[in-house]
This record gives sequence, structure tokens and C-alpha cells, in this order.
Amino acid sequence: MLDQWVFIAFLLPVGLLLPAAAIALGFLLGPRKPNALKGDTYECGIETVGSTWVQFKAQYYVYALVFVVFDVEAVFLFPWAAAYNQLQLYMVLEGILFVAILAAGLIYVWRKGSLEWV
Amino acid sequence: MIADPFAWAYDQLTALLLSLGMTAVWAQTVLRLLGAAVLATVLLVSTFFLIWGERKLLARLQDRRGPNRVGPWGVFQTVADFVKLIGKEIIVPTRADKAVYLLAPLLVVLSVIGIWAVVPLAPGVVGTDLEVGVLYLVAIGAVGTLGIMLAGWSSNNKYALIGAFRSVAQLVSYEVPMVLVLLVPVILASSMSLVGIVDAQAGMWFIVMAPVAALVYLITSIAENGRAPFDLLEGESEIVAGFNIEYSALAFGMFFVAEFLHSLTIGAVVTTLFLGGWRGPGAEAYPLLGFIYFLLKTLSVWLVIVWIRGTLPRIRIDQMLGFNWKFLTPIALGILMMTALVDKMAVAAGWNRTVVLLLANAAAVGIILASVQGYARRQRRRDQAQLAPVEAAPAAVH
Amino acid sequence: MEPLQLIFLVTGAVTLLSALMVVVSRKMVHAALWLVMTLASVSVLFVLLNAPFLAVVQVVIYIGAIATLIIFAVMLSRRSMDDRGPQTSHRWWLAGLIALALFAAIVLLVVLHPMPTAALPGAAPTEALRQLGLALVHVDGFVLPFELASVLLLAALVGAIFVARPPDADTAGGEE
Repeated sequence: MLDQWVFIAFLLPVGLLLPAAAIALGFLLGPRKPNALKGDTYECGIETVGSTWVQFKAQYYVYALVFVVFDVEAVFLFPWAAAYNQLQLYMVLEGILFVAILAAGLIYVWRKGSLEWV
Repeated sequence: MIADPFAWAYDQLTALLLSLGMTAVWAQTVLRLLGAAVLATVLLVSTFFLIWGERKLLARLQDRRGPNRVGPWGVFQTVADFVKLIGKEIIVPTRADKAVYLLAPLLVVLSVIGIWAVVPLAPGVVGTDLEVGVLYLVAIGAVGTLGIMLAGWSSNNKYALIGAFRSVAQLVSYEVPMVLVLLVPVILASSMSLVGIVDAQAGMWFIVMAPVAALVYLITSIAENGRAPFDLLEGESEIVAGFNIEYSALAFGMFFVAEFLHSLTIGAVVTTLFLGGWRGPGAEAYPLLGFIYFLLKTLSVWLVIVWIRGTLPRIRIDQMLGFNWKFLTPIALGILMMTALVDKMAVAAGWNRTVVLLLANAAAVGIILASVQGYARRQRRRDQAQLAPVEAAPAAVH
Repeated sequence: MEPLQLIFLVTGAVTLLSALMVVVSRKMVHAALWLVMTLASVSVLFVLLNAPFLAVVQVVIYIGAIATLIIFAVMLSRRSMDDRGPQTSHRWWLAGLIALALFAAIVLLVVLHPMPTAALPGAAPTEALRQLGLALVHVDGFVLPFELASVLLLAALVGAIFVARPPDADTAGGEE
């Protein structure tokens, strides 16, 4: 069982190390001549005014919220789907009821206009 | 050896390591480490050819030739670009959060390479047969989203930040129908392991049993990748490279590599889930043949993705998000419910699964087209109603 | 020392360290990243406990959804990148005392009730996942909590939309 994860335990660090090595190579081989103008924030040639912050736009957050709810729903459904060929019809219907309740939730969000990118 | 080079190589290396005095467990562990290193390296190197291939294809689609100077047919163009990128200076913006700034590209590359750990390349050749393989795909993708947000934030640049927020809004939105549609092959195979899903396609590929699901998965994957027509995250004319404005040289190169490798990865995952993976005539007896089938199918899907990129224009963010939440998500929910119900009823009644599911999918397509038509008709009437008073006015004046 | 024990000790240490860094970091975004590290090492602990499904769900939900939400909130509400607010609140000594007392209580409980030393029983994971799926919808199983969970999610969705919407002219919704 734990045997399954050994390969992933090896691949993930390797996947982090290889690009890290590439970037380190870039640091080694590339010139290093920092000056104030080069390190400045890029704004199409003009100088930045004020600190970096973005006006709070609630819509970004709403999308993330709806995503969380549907993500949790999908996670509930995965064991149900994995056990599918052992389920009887009424069990499948229960799962469909689960999905239908959340589909109603989607319709609610839609009708409330919270899915519009204002 | 020709028939099964993977097993042959594995046995040879195991014998070598055992002769060096290692125990069997250690030999297996070392071989796994070697396999992981080889996989990651091969993937990153193959990106060179992928980028070249894509540029040539896009060029032909746009009636030009593409790179053809460096090497025969310009094959070494990407190598030249890579050498140029290495030689450039990595400019870390002053006041940028250096640790996070350098971590972000690593996370994005990690999220792409990590997917290949569970993809079965040939019968018996898979990094690891994770029992929860499909959810693992989703989990690794989530890491990429995190990397992009960190890239935008750590650059200390207003536009990078806006670009990062919009990217995350897009990625997070398109993950909803993607995760829902991923349930469909799991239902059809009754297993969450990718090897199990490939095994279950011995009778019929899942793309025949669930074409709508396959199409929705392809579309959402392209959106997750950030490619055209969903590439407004890096639309030069709009937000000047979006979240990776402040990245130069190889740090930018890593984002670039991750994006192009991701399209091949999408091809591999679509192949595994819907096109039968390595399945084909004679694949069980000759695993090398299975690997060739896998490569051919993956490259065909990759071709379709590049084709789409060269054909469709970029869509606006509100169109894109509306498309996701008002079109793809309801379709995903509907297809999920329909497939679960129809499959169980078909098996209970003893009919042929494939035929029944195909008919149900055709019915679903009919319903979708009808509702889109109805929506368009209502929209047209609404527009005409708005125009009508203006048209009536000149007549009244006369 | 078996390799499994070693891995567990390392993972536990990483979890505790990152949790500490969450509280101690000066920048909010760094704290959020250390939180991600903590959640990831908890996921590794799940793997060590022979619960692969929970490990992957931990990454998908906690890191993919909740950590993203938290980082979103932090980034959207911070006025600048280097926020240097005070590290401690009023009466931090009181909070420290309560935390120490709780810790002492937990240590006492652990010491008084010895841990079972038998090896973990492991049903083959394939069956564990299928059994979970079956139990979620079986009449003698957890079908009622399963359906109630969907209603709870619906309530969460409706509540979130209600709170996050800008106040309209006709409704009194939204937070001022």
C-alpha cells in the first residue's frame, strides 16, 4: 500500500529539483548587473505611482467560493462512483439526488446574478 | 527483448544491482528513483521537440513556414532559444518577494511533471498504480494554480497581480466542470485508478460511451492550461504577459516549458481516460506496441489542441466565465446524472452498454442544442424589441 | 529505527515547524504559504496511515480550494506587499497561559492512557474505497448524513452568495 507512494515521493522532489537546477544554471551563466532602473516595476515604460495593491473586486472571491462548494461535492461523489458496479439502482438514485440538490444551488447562484463578471 | 523492452531493462538493472550486493527491497527503491529521474528528464527534454512541432504546425496553419534555419527543418530552434535564455540575466525586481518569486515557477513545473507518475504508458509500465489516481490528477493540478497566484503576487507589480487574479479566477472556475466530468470515466470503469480505467476499456473505448464527457474534459483542460482560445491570461495586447511580466530568462522559460508540456500531458490524460490508453491490437502480447499506440494517441490529441489554438480567436474574460458557469457546468452535472442512471439501467435490463450510452449522449446533445437555440431565439427577440421603438419613430414623424 | 518510523518523525517535525512558522511569520502571504506546507505534511501523515483517499482529498480541498481562498483573501485585502503589523495582540500573556494549560492537559491525557501498540489493521485499500462508497449510499449505512451533507453544502452556497453580494436597492443583503 505504502509502496504505491514511493515513486511519487521520488518524482515530486525530482520535479522540483530539475527546474531549480535550470534556474540556478541561469543565475550562474547569466550576467549579474543589477541597477535601480532594471529592478523597477514594469509599467509599460512609465514610473509606478503608489504601492502595489488592487481594488477589492468581490467577484474573484465569489468564484472561489462557488468552486469550494462544488469541489467538496465532487469529492463526496468519488467513492460513490468508485463503488458503482456494486451499487443497486436506488443507491445510484441517491447519488443523483445529491447532484440534483447542488444543481439547484447552481441555478440559485445563476439567477441571483452572482455569476456575472461585472 | 524486442517484444518487452521495459521488462527486459528492468530485469537487467535489477540483476546488476543485486550483483552489487543490495537487497531486493533496496534494488527496487533505487530503480524507482532512477525511473523517476529518467521520466522527469525525458519529459523536460521532449519539450524541445514539442515547442518546435507546435511552432511548425501553427506556422503552416497561418500559411507560413515556421523555424527552418537552425538545423534540418529548424529542429534545433528551441535549443538555440534555450541557450539564449540561459545567457540572459534573471532580473529579480527590487522589493519583490525573492523566495516566493523563485518558488512559483518550480511549483508550476512540478504540477505538470507530477501528473505523469500515474499515467500508464504500456501494459505493466506505470510510475505507480495509485488507487486514487483520478483524484491525484486534480490534486496536482491545484498546486499549479497556487504557483500562478504566487507568481503574480511576488512580482510586486500591479498588472502581474491583476493578471494572476484573473488567471486564478479562470483556473478555479474551469476546475468545477473538469472534476465533475472526471467522475464519468470513474463511473464507467467503477474504479478510480488509471490502470483500472484503461483495463475497463478492453471492450470499448470510453470516448464512444461518453463523447460529451470527453469533449467537455478536453475543453476544460485546454482552459486549465491557459491556451487559446482561453489564453487571455497572457494576451500580449491586453495585459502584457499577465502574471509573468516580471519574469525574465530561465525563470520565464520554466513557465513556458510547463505550459507546452501541459498540452502533451492533457493529451496523455485524455488518451488514458477516454481513448483506451495503450490499448490496441496486439498490445497485451507486445508491450512495446502498446507504448507506440499510447504515443500515437497522445500526439493526435496534442495535434487537435494545437489545431484549436491556431484556429480560434481569444475570448473575453466575461464570455469565458459565462461559458464555464452557464454552459459547461450544467452540461457536466447533467451528463454525470444521465450516465450514472443510464448505465445502471442498461446493465439491469441486459442491453448493450455502448449502444444505450451512445443514444443517451445523442439525446443529451439534442437537448443542449435545442436549449442553445431557444436561448438564442429569446435573445434575438429581446434585441429586436429594443430596436423596434426606434424604428417606429421615423414612421411616426413622417 | 524502521524507515516508516523515521518518515513519520520527520513528517511530524515538519508539520509542527510549519505550524509554528504560520503563527510567527511577519508577512501574511508567507504565513499562508507555511499553512500550505502544514496541510501538505498532514496529507503525508494520511498516506502513512494507509488512507490514500483522505490524503488526496486533503490536497484537493484544503490546498486546492481553502488555501487558495485564504491566499485570495490575504492578497485582496492587503494594501501593500510588506505589511508589518504588530506581531502580538493585547494580553498575549493570557493567551500563552491558556495555551500552556491546554498543552499540559493533553500531555497528561496521553501519559495516563497508553497508546495501543498493535500494528494498524489494514484492509486492502481497494476494498476500503469501495466499502466507503457503498456505505455512503447503503440504507444501513450513512445515506442520511450523505444527503444532509448536500443540503449543508447548498446552505453554505446560499449563505456565501448572500453575504458576498453587493447590497441591492430592493434587498437588504450584503455586509456593509
